[in-house]
Amino acid sequence: MKFRKTIFSATVVRGVISVVSLLVLWEAGSRLHILFLSAVPAPSEVISSLEKIIRNGKFWNDWLASYWRVAEGFIAAQIIGVPLGLAMAMNRNFYNFVFSPLEVLRPIPPLAWVPTAIIFWPTTELSIAFVIFLGAFFTVVLNVLGGARNIDERMLRAAASFGSRKSDIFWKIILPSTLPSIFTGMAVGMGITWEVVVAAEMIAGKSGLGYLTWASYVGGNYPQIIVGMISIGIAGYLSSALIRFVGKKVTPWQRQQ
Amino acid sequence: MSNNPSQSSAPAPEGAISIRNVSKIYDPEGVNVLAVDNCSIDIAPGEFCVIVGPSGCGKTTLLNAIAGFHNITHGEILLDGKAICTPTYTAPPGSERIVVFQNGALFPWSTILDNVAFGPIVQGTATKREAEEAAHRLLAELGLPDIANRYPNELSSGMRRRVEIARALINSPKVLLLDEPFRAMDALTKGVAQEFLLQVFDRVRKTVFFITHDLEEALFLADHILVMTTRPGRIKCALKVDLPRPRTFHVRASKRYLELKSEIFAAVREEAAKAFAAGERELA
Repeated sequence: MKFRKTIFSATVVRGVISVVSLLVLWEAGSRLHILFLSAVPAPSEVISSLEKIIRNGKFWNDWLASYWRVAEGFIAAQIIGVPLGLAMAMNRNFYNFVFSPLEVLRPIPPLAWVPTAIIFWPTTELSIAFVIFLGAFFTVVLNVLGGARNIDERMLRAAASFGSRKSDIFWKIILPSTLPSIFTGMAVGMGITWEVVVAAEMIAGKSGLGYLTWASYVGGNYPQIIVGMISIGIAGYLSSALIRFVGKKVTPWQRQQ
Repeated sequence: MSNNPSQSSAPAPEGAISIRNVSKIYDPEGVNVLAVDNCSIDIAPGEFCVIVGPSGCGKTTLLNAIAGFHNITHGEILLDGKAICTPTYTAPPGSERIVVFQNGALFPWSTILDNVAFGPIVQGTATKREAEEAAHRLLAELGLPDIANRYPNELSSGMRRRVEIARALINSPKVLLLDEPFRAMDALTKGVAQEFLLQVFDRVRKTVFFITHDLEEALFLADHILVMTTRPGRIKCALKVDLPRPRTFHVRASKRYLELKSEIFAAVREEAAKAFAAGERELA
C-alpha cells in the first residue's frame, strides 16, 4: 500500500512526465533537424546502440575504473580531512599554523593541479587519484571545522558537569555533534569528486567514464558520447545516494527534526 | 520545622553552600562590568533556594561560579565547608554540582537511556550495563518508563526537562543547579514540570539552587527566596517561604501563599520599577 502510494505520488508522476517530455522534445528536435539538435544523436539512436555498448566488457571496466578512482581519492580525503578539521577545531595553535596555507591552496581549482600532479607522482593513475583527493579534501576540512566549532557550549558544560574526561568529551560530544557536518562535507565532496574524475580522465586517463566519453568523441561514435554522459550522471547519483543512506544510518537522531 | 527544612524528616547531611562576599567583574575589552556585587548567601543542606531577579542581574554568574564554569573576583564559595570557588581557585565542574541548563542540554545524538546513563559511565562509577539498569529504574520511578529508546527531539519540552532532571539525579549530586529550567514553557506545561520537580525534591531532598525571573514560580517551589537587583547584582531581600510540603498546585490558592505573594511583590516593586525604567526586562 505504502509502496503503491510512493510510486503513484504526485511528485513521482510529475518527475516521470518531465523526463519523458524532455526525451520526446529531444527526439523530435533531432529528427526534424531543429537548430543544433540535428548534430546530436536522437534518443532512439542512443538506445539502439546501447545494447552493443553494454555488452562490451570494456564499458563496465570504465565504470569500475572511475568508481575505483573516486573511491581512492574520496576515502583519502576523508581519512586526512576529517581528523585535520577536528584537530583544527580543537587546537587554536594548530589552527593558526594550518589555516593560512589551506586558504591559499583552496581556491586553486583541482584541475589546475593536473600538470604538477603528473610531474610529481610516478604514475598517471596516482596523479589522477591525487587530483580527485584535492577536489574533496578542502570541502571536507572546512565542513568538519565549521561543524566542530559550532558545538553548543551548553553540551560541553553539561558533559564537564557530569565529570567527563577529555577523551569522553571528544568521543561522546564533539564527534557525534560534528557527524552531520561530516556527512554534509562528504555529500558535497562526492559531487566535486565526480566532476574532477571525469575531467582528469579526459586529460590524462586511459580508462574510465570520462575517458570513454572523450574517446567516443574522438572516434566519432556519437551515441556512445551520450551513453558515457548519462553513465556519469547515474554513477554520481548512486554515489551521493550511498552517502545519504550511510549518513541517515549513522545519525539516526536527525530523522525526526 | 516549616521554617527550616534542613531538619525535616528526610536525611540531608551534605550540600551546604556558603557564598561569602562574592563579587564578579567582567572585563570585556577593558570595560569593567560589575556583574555581582558583594553577595552573601547561605543555603542549608537539602534546602530549596530560589534566586529571583531580572535578566542580566548576575544570577547566572553566581550559578556558573558554583558549577565551576568560571572564577570570581572577590570572596569565596564553599561547599560543605570546602572552598570551591575563590579568585585564585575554581574547582573544575563535577558531578556533585550538576547543572540543568536554561534551554536544555540533553545530547540530541543520544537516546534518553544513554543520556541518563551518561554520568555514571564517564565517571567510571558503574559499568555500562549497571548504568543503563539504574537509568531504567530511575526513569520508571519518575514515571517516564516508555521513552528510554527515543531521541530528545522526539519528546515535548516538558518531557525533555523531566529527563534532564533524571539525568542529573542519577549522579547523586550534593547540589542541583537549575538555571531557569522552565523558562520557555507555556503556563500549563510549566505547572506540570514544577510539580514534577517538587515531587522529586520531596523524595531526594538535595540542595537546590534555582534561578528564575518568575516570582510565582519562586513562591511555589522555594524554601528560601532571594531577590537580586540588577547591575550591580546585589541581594536586595530574602524571604522564607513557610508553605508546607509536599506542595501541589492547590497551595497556590491558600491564604498563606497569597499573603507571601503580596509581601514579595511589595518587596520587589521598587526594583522592578527601577529595572523597567532602565530598560531592562520586567521582573516577573
